[in-house]
Amino acid sequence: MDLTRRDAVAALAATGGAVAVARTVLDSPSTESTAADAAVPEDALASLVAVAEVVYPDAATGVDDFVETYVAGRIADDDARRAGVVETAAALDATARDWFETPLAELDPETLDGMLRDLRVDVSDPDPNGGLPGRVRFYVVNELLYAFYASPTGGRLVGIENPAGHPGGVESYRRAEMPPETEDDG
Amino acid sequence: MADGSSDRTPAPPADVCVVGAGPAGAIVAARLAEAGHDVVVLDAGPRFDLADREAQLDAHLRPGVDGLWDMGGERDAYATDGPRDYPLNAARVKGVGGSTLHWQGIVMRLHERDFELRSRHGVGTDWPIDYADLRPYYAAAERELGVAGADDNPFAPPREEPFPMPAFPPSHSDAIFAEACESLGLPTHSVPNARNSEPYDGAAGCAGYGTCKPVCPSGAKYTAERHIARAEAAGARVIDRAPVQRLVHDDAGRRVEAAVYATPDGTEHRQAARSVVLACGGVENVRLLLLSDSEAYPDGLANSSGLVGRHFMDHCFAGAGGRIDRPTRQNHVGFNTTECHALYDGTDPLPGVKLEFLNYAGPSPVTQALGAEDWGDTLLDDLRDAYGTHLAVGGLVEQFPNAENRITLDRSTTDDHGNPVPKVRWSVGPRTRAAIERANEVQVAVLEELGAEVDWVVGPDATGPAFHHMGTTRMGTDPAESVVAPDCRTHDLDNLWIAGSSVFPTGGAMNPTLTIAALSCRLADRLDGWL
Repeated sequence: MDLTRRDAVAALAATGGAVAVARTVLDSPSTESTAADAAVPEDALASLVAVAEVVYPDAATGVDDFVETYVAGRIADDDARRAGVVETAAALDATARDWFETPLAELDPETLDGMLRDLRVDVSDPDPNGGLPGRVRFYVVNELLYAFYASPTGGRLVGIENPAGHPGGVESYRRAEMPPETEDDG
Repeated sequence: MADGSSDRTPAPPADVCVVGAGPAGAIVAARLAEAGHDVVVLDAGPRFDLADREAQLDAHLRPGVDGLWDMGGERDAYATDGPRDYPLNAARVKGVGGSTLHWQGIVMRLHERDFELRSRHGVGTDWPIDYADLRPYYAAAERELGVAGADDNPFAPPREEPFPMPAFPPSHSDAIFAEACESLGLPTHSVPNARNSEPYDGAAGCAGYGTCKPVCPSGAKYTAERHIARAEAAGARVIDRAPVQRLVHDDAGRRVEAAVYATPDGTEHRQAARSVVLACGGVENVRLLLLSDSEAYPDGLANSSGLVGRHFMDHCFAGAGGRIDRPTRQNHVGFNTTECHALYDGTDPLPGVKLEFLNYAGPSPVTQALGAEDWGDTLLDDLRDAYGTHLAVGGLVEQFPNAENRITLDRSTTDDHGNPVPKVRWSVGPRTRAAIERANEVQVAVLEELGAEVDWVVGPDATGPAFHHMGTTRMGTDPAESVVAPDCRTHDLDNLWIAGSSVFPTGGAMNPTLTIAALSCRLADRLDGWL
């Protein structure tokens, strides 16, 4: 399943993120830098993409565009969330550099997966004001999982094209089967 | 949270002071303001900004995000001392809109038998009014709330006009249940929803967020904010974060003169009014009356009968669920589209049972993912395994009034203003237990008819309340046996009226808000005439 910027905009619709900003991104050629992208440091985005490659299923491809668009839209007008995401990504990156003398974005997925588990991010309660595992779970892992599974993108992989949190209308609950994906989904 | 007006000083003496900005008070306020009366509304909680609803959705779905409706803490402290715990702060919201901010929005009329339990069956008590008295107000209430429904319920009382909007069509899982229910002789029918199946009265149609309870970001679900907006457009003054501390009466003890309220800076003010409408819900109505005791009313204002706080009732949940070997397509929407009222009128056991066929059985994938202890392909496998084949039948079960179930004051604990907090004593009696067991038998039979593997049952030991607070200032003709008269004015005081489900003498097993709204329309008519 190839993730696209359009999928990211659909994910944003579920979150109340800055959809207008995201749509600007959607309309931009993927190689152009945008004002929204500039709101998030590149190294933070690279760290988020690396974590997404671990926490998303292997079936998901095109993760980088999806994450960059989603994160940009999500935090474009939310200073507190932007600070939390950027600072936590930086702290996680610093941990990678400390443990492996390698930037987080350059760790291979198995190593990064092991690092997250060694930090106990997998079993920590998400806590925006807690220690590093709780903050990573909240600002990084759950932010990414929310983008994925509260949108038709991830929902479809599970079997639901209109998951909770997504304003997918009042037709899908009546269907006996999930229809094939169309460009209008989301 | 909206800033609202920072001026929380009293208005000039008003025609009407409404205490509480939930549906009961907001409807009264809107109708009386539109009739040309000077209306002031005081609410203990804040105004919640409509622009924050999507962030509140975030708070609901994502663990670790606080502040959905800001309930809890010293302001909302309470106690329980009955055989059953009662999670009061999960059951209510304080703020402009009241508990409609987090409700599910199911709205049906009481059945005719609900008004005549004593006469028909020798249990409970009769209402002093009957269905025919309330029938035109039910129609008005359906227009006020914006109800989507269909006249397809063979058990429902007679109606005089169509619902304002068409019903939401049945779900895929409704069709699955219909097969089994037909085999078992259980007619099914649509659910009246206070939720827009199409744009209505300036509000959007349902967008399918699937999170109706506790928050609807689209505005399609009715909240009492709509009536507060109407009241303000008609000139009413609405003061938020202004908890009323006590009501003050005249020397003769016949009229309330003012509501004394506090503001966030700790100042107390007096709002004088020709009439006062108490609309704080079945718990806080009682608390405010008890806090307003005086020499004339040593046991609490309007409590000559000694019944203020007694006969506290809720609806008890009964349910069963399991999995079948085909897709059930759950968790697309957060409301139900099919019910069955076949176990309601003249049944054995006698307490009414309303069956609900859920559209949200089993885990929601996003919620499960955010709480999972794994990720990647393993998480996806777990989500796929958990989603897709769940079914569940829920239900509400009636409680008959019991004077020992009651709201009192816990004088050992105080709130943020130093007032004693409410104490809830709630129990489930043998008749209700038997009716829950009967509901479970039918629920399991339906599931087994479908070949389901039943993996949970909520019966009489595990049951909990549906968060419908009823009965604590009951309506009647005899001042010794009731708190308010049939017009919802207190027997004791000439200008004190009570709106909301606290006046219900019995509660049936139907969600109460349509009846609350109908009584508020009726109260507004009576008070308009009185003014």
